[in-house]
Amino acid sequence: MTSLTPGEWQAIWLTAKLAGLTTVILLILCAPLAWWLARSGSRLANPVAALVSLPLVLPPTVIGFYLLIVLGPQGAVGGTLEALGLQHLAFSFWGILIGSVIYSMPFTVQPLREAFAAIDTRLLDAAATLRAGALDRFFNLVLPLSRSGILTAVVITFAHTVGEFGVIAMLGGSLPGETRVVSIAIYDYTQALDYGAAHRLSAILLGFSFVTLLLFYAINQRVMSPLKPR
Amino acid sequence: MIEGHLTLSKGNFKLQSGAFCLPAQGISVLFGRSGCGKSTLLRAMAGLEAGTRGHLRFKGQRWQDAAWQLPVPQRDIGFVFQDAALFPHLSVRGNLAFAARRVPPGRADDANESIAATASRMGFSDLLDQSITTLSGGQRQRVAIGRALLSKPRLLCMDEPLSALDWRAKAELLALIDTLARETNIPVLYITHAPQEVERLADRVIFMQDGRIEHIDTLREALSRPDSPLFAEEGPVSVLQGQLGAPDADGLRNFGNPQLRFRLSLAPTASPCATRLRVLARDVSLATLQPQGLSILNQLPITISALHAGAPGRVTVVCRLADGQPLLAEITQYSCQLLGLVPGMSAFALVKSVALID
Repeated sequence: MTSLTPGEWQAIWLTAKLAGLTTVILLILCAPLAWWLARSGSRLANPVAALVSLPLVLPPTVIGFYLLIVLGPQGAVGGTLEALGLQHLAFSFWGILIGSVIYSMPFTVQPLREAFAAIDTRLLDAAATLRAGALDRFFNLVLPLSRSGILTAVVITFAHTVGEFGVIAMLGGSLPGETRVVSIAIYDYTQALDYGAAHRLSAILLGFSFVTLLLFYAINQRVMSPLKPR
Repeated sequence: MIEGHLTLSKGNFKLQSGAFCLPAQGISVLFGRSGCGKSTLLRAMAGLEAGTRGHLRFKGQRWQDAAWQLPVPQRDIGFVFQDAALFPHLSVRGNLAFAARRVPPGRADDANESIAATASRMGFSDLLDQSITTLSGGQRQRVAIGRALLSKPRLLCMDEPLSALDWRAKAELLALIDTLARETNIPVLYITHAPQEVERLADRVIFMQDGRIEHIDTLREALSRPDSPLFAEEGPVSVLQGQLGAPDADGLRNFGNPQLRFRLSLAPTASPCATRLRVLARDVSLATLQPQGLSILNQLPITISALHAGAPGRVTVVCRLADGQPLLAEITQYSCQLLGLVPGMSAFALVKSVALID
């Protein structure tokens, strides 16, 4: 394989940064949300779950389009930022980061929700009688017991963000170092009929995705085995 | 004292405990059929049911007032669940440390020392570094009880802790729970639907039916009612208190006190500390004259204190032994009339078989 150009390295680094930040933000946002969805028994749980799951069924262009409107210079968010003397978020890294967070959210919420729902309530009761308060129980019981679900959420969220295209194309365009992630770069190369470069980047994404999933299944089996009853 | 009045609606089930008051000492057993609300009441008392209403005080401390609840972590209770509820991501030691580390600083001992001491007392020192997934049912309950004790509770709640165990593990754990409750002086609320566990452990019995407390009796009162719910399975039972003596010249062992003497044929290994003897009323016959030439070892003088109609055609006779303890005999109505039994009469009780509760 011929070596990568600085522009391609930049696209890979940008993709990793976008996927990494998206994963961290989503874990922090979705842990309490998934807990609420799994265990509150609230009547609002299903409508909220449906809302969060919309990116699973909507074309990415729809999400990208709405975000472009909202985050752009005339939008509710973008316009407010402009009025405050800041930049609007269309065609910026922060804009595609927000897009990625929304687009990948169901892939974080769902595994966490399932993991939290599977926790035996009596373990939580037992911990409470042993003087563990709510946060203590969450960090010392719920999170370790949900490690498989958390690992699933991290891997799927990261991989899904790496594979994102439509939302970024709509919302971010193709600004090198700002919004030109690998999938956009591949599209640009193909449009420019530079198939060699498109091959290089495509092969990298293919390899990355396969190795990630392979590691995921291997680790998941190891992580889970001590929790399985014999 | 533990006093209160708790209500709770859960689906179709309604808990309406009624006002109750029981001493915060010894072992109080909640007894009743499945679905009568024993577990729900215990969980409500522990603060584990969010929808609980009413009021509850433990040794003067407010635990529940209308919809207000003292949070569970602040109640200083230990709770042993039916399935042990050990934390599967932690080793046995990890489970115990979870409890020991959360004891308030003023009351905490050295965690490692108290874990080692508890494990040795509960008989699982060799299991400390095992994963809890490798433990047997009996071992899991030992660890669960040890974990509850390590949190230094002021009240120990046990929800059918033995129901999933085989008879041997059950017997061992019953003895252990009894000893622990006496030694640590921690009041225990214990749920069971097994009359044998009531007879073995109880200082008092809380009878429950249809989500309410029917009555709270001492064990002796509970066993003196011929229609006691404890007798539903095996018919009336008497539980006699006494001390077990050393084997005599005939190889038999005396049980009782200066006024009362049972002679028992026991394996020499029988526990010398056992203080309760269980007698089924249907194993007790009555004679108006002291019989001769019988193989029955125990022939005891009694006074008849009452007669109650039992199962169809049968009579439960409440007898008083020489030391005042009640003994129940179940005989046929026909025999009762033939012998002309009336309250106040002296007679002899022939006890065919007894069981030492240990």
